Amino acid sequence: MKLTSIYIRILVGLIGIGIMSPRILMAEEELNTCVSCHVENDLMPQDYIMEDVHQHSGLSCAGCHGGDPTAEDMDESMSPDKGYIGIPAYKDTPAFCGKCHSKIEFMRVYQPRIPTDQEDQYHTSMHGKKLLAGDQGVAQCSSCHTSHAILPAKDTRSSVHPYNIPATCDRCHGDSELMAARGRKTDQFSDYAKSVHGTALLEKGDTGAPACNDCHGNHGAAPPGAESVSHICGSCHLNNIEFFKTSKMGQSFESADYHSCEQCHGNHAIMKPSDEFLNVHESSLCLECHSDGDEGYLVAESMYTDIKDTDSLYQAAQLHLLDIQIKGMNDVDIAYLLKESKQNLIQLRTMVHTFDADQVAEKAVEGKGLSSQAIELAGDEIHEFNRRRVGFGIATLAFVLLALAVYFKIRQIDSQESNPSNEL
Amino acid sequence: MSEGIKQKAFAWLDERFDLQPLVNMMDHKKVPIHSHTIWYYMGGVTLFLFMVQVFTGILLLLYYRPGEESAYESMQFILTDVKFGWLFRNVHAWSANLMIFFAFTHMFSVIFTRAFLKPRELTWVSGFLMLLLAMFFGFSGYLLPWNELAYFATKVGTDIVGAVPLIGEKLKIIIRGGEDVTGATLSRFFGIHVAVLPALTTILLGFHLLMVSRQGISEPREFSKLPAEKKHYMPFFPHFVMRDGLLWLIINIIVLSLAVFYPWDLGLKADALASAPMGIKPEWYFMFMFQTLKEIPPHIWFMEGETVGILVFGVAALLWMALPFAKFRGKTIVESKWINILALISLTYMVVLTIIGYL
Repeated sequence: MKLTSIYIRILVGLIGIGIMSPRILMAEEELNTCVSCHVENDLMPQDYIMEDVHQHSGLSCAGCHGGDPTAEDMDESMSPDKGYIGIPAYKDTPAFCGKCHSKIEFMRVYQPRIPTDQEDQYHTSMHGKKLLAGDQGVAQCSSCHTSHAILPAKDTRSSVHPYNIPATCDRCHGDSELMAARGRKTDQFSDYAKSVHGTALLEKGDTGAPACNDCHGNHGAAPPGAESVSHICGSCHLNNIEFFKTSKMGQSFESADYHSCEQCHGNHAIMKPSDEFLNVHESSLCLECHSDGDEGYLVAESMYTDIKDTDSLYQAAQLHLLDIQIKGMNDVDIAYLLKESKQNLIQLRTMVHTFDADQVAEKAVEGKGLSSQAIELAGDEIHEFNRRRVGFGIATLAFVLLALAVYFKIRQIDSQESNPSNEL
Repeated sequence: MSEGIKQKAFAWLDERFDLQPLVNMMDHKKVPIHSHTIWYYMGGVTLFLFMVQVFTGILLLLYYRPGEESAYESMQFILTDVKFGWLFRNVHAWSANLMIFFAFTHMFSVIFTRAFLKPRELTWVSGFLMLLLAMFFGFSGYLLPWNELAYFATKVGTDIVGAVPLIGEKLKIIIRGGEDVTGATLSRFFGIHVAVLPALTTILLGFHLLMVSRQGISEPREFSKLPAEKKHYMPFFPHFVMRDGLLWLIINIIVLSLAVFYPWDLGLKADALASAPMGIKPEWYFMFMFQTLKEIPPHIWFMEGETVGILVFGVAALLWMALPFAKFRGKTIVESKWINILALISLTYMVVLTIIGYL
């Protein structure tokens, strides 16, 4: 390694930890003429941050842009003969980044397990295809990752950290001018933000909740097709998709080319599912396809009744449990039963995706049994509580009577002593 | 039972055990009547609560199983499945607290009425030692349910023992049965609680009661100075005994009410790997000492503050026990007003520090 190269690395590192300011660097201009010259002429990239991941890994400006950072002459340092590329053309950016990121031999030195197929994936994406077709407004690497403020995805400040991905995508997908030209809507972010997933991620900070890329992919981003929707949702909601796929409804959806999950739950604005989805007497989703009296209508009606009954009994049992706890009685077995009952209710709601009223009814019987058992136990505890009170009352009465007897005996003795003519 | 049978039974027993002198003594035993007579009942109440402790403790022993894997579970079993287990456990816990409260009350009433003076020096010493034993009873019994609060409170409590000069660390290891509070600590606390302390207390209690019977009930100085015609007494039996009985019944009702309406939580099972829960506090009767150790600066002169605090408490306890033998400025305590001031300051200090500890 050349001595100058070592100096440059040290200097870049020092900038990174904030020991030296660019002003100090100017005194050492022979070591990195890119930085010294750009600082002097106030031409540093606007998005430049010292914590940039490339700078931290010791990559200098020339590492991406080429040229000779040791040459003092601008023409020489930025000469194409010295490999100077400058700012890559918009359409060339994927290849520009891919120079290193597509080479496992190079990348594994820095991150042994990093994937190197981003560029290839990108070209399969809608963004990549449109870019190749000459669309200069679609996203490429720097649109999401930035140019000089790139941070690891696990860093919460990174534009591609799960917390920030919805906003990063929205920078373009929320731009009405940009999207209008491409015939796209711009309400994805606002829909997502109020959805069950959006609230979990953006408000509760639950990184287990999906951001845009979890459904649409990262570098190979494309809208999921009719078949892949179920795969995407099913990657987290395993049981739901298994039940659905083997159900009659799943087969009908497949033959009708419907977007399985999306058909009922929507896409970006997925709300917390409610039992009311099945309430055919009010505004059930089922009524979009089924009508009063048909098989689907009756199945939905039966499943709704079973779930509501099981839930009502569970809620009643919860109230009993609360009462037991307030009374300070033994709640261990009741709480355990209700934990099982709650689990049953979750399973019951998942089993709705079988669209099989008999299966759901069977599960509901099990759940109602658990809650009933808990209520029965709570009744025993209440009975025991009352028994204790009554027992205490009787014992207290007995002790009070005894105390009164002793008290009157004392008085009798005292009075007998003050008046000896009285008999004891 | 008819009088004839009673007399025959007594004669049968008297012939064998020579009971008549005991009956004569009871007949002649009398209790002074004055404005402070109420304090004579405190010792009796403490004795009653001790008996409650023995009774409920034996019942709990039928089901309690010491051990890291069984203590908490057996307590759960006692509280949920054993008939009246909940009642006996709660009575045991409440009665323990009340017993210590009445023991303290008894001690201070003895101080203020000067009942500890000659010839009752050893009665005082045995009483004070029993109070210390009662506190050890409380400390060892607190750990037995093996719940989270008890575990960490014992950790803190035994850590304090470690600050005793010279022997502290060794003593701590002996008490804990190792470096840390473990099942070994539980085993030895159980042994101490159900065997060692009851044995020592029984010996001291026997001595204490024997002395009280032998020496009679102390008369306050003002009372003893009264002319004979102005002194009023009540016979110990049946007058005082019946009043004592009445008070015991009332205390019994109070203990039962507390046990039914304010049951003690079992809490969560002790977990050595869990972080200590918020607000670990010792039992109320240790609070004034705990709070003092918290208030003491970390270093005093060349010693650690905690060590100084423990030394001071140790010396204070010894001096307190030796009070009947002390003289102030050449006068016996009976002539000195200092003892009342000292007792009042001690009592105020304990009450104030306890209140601060709970704020």
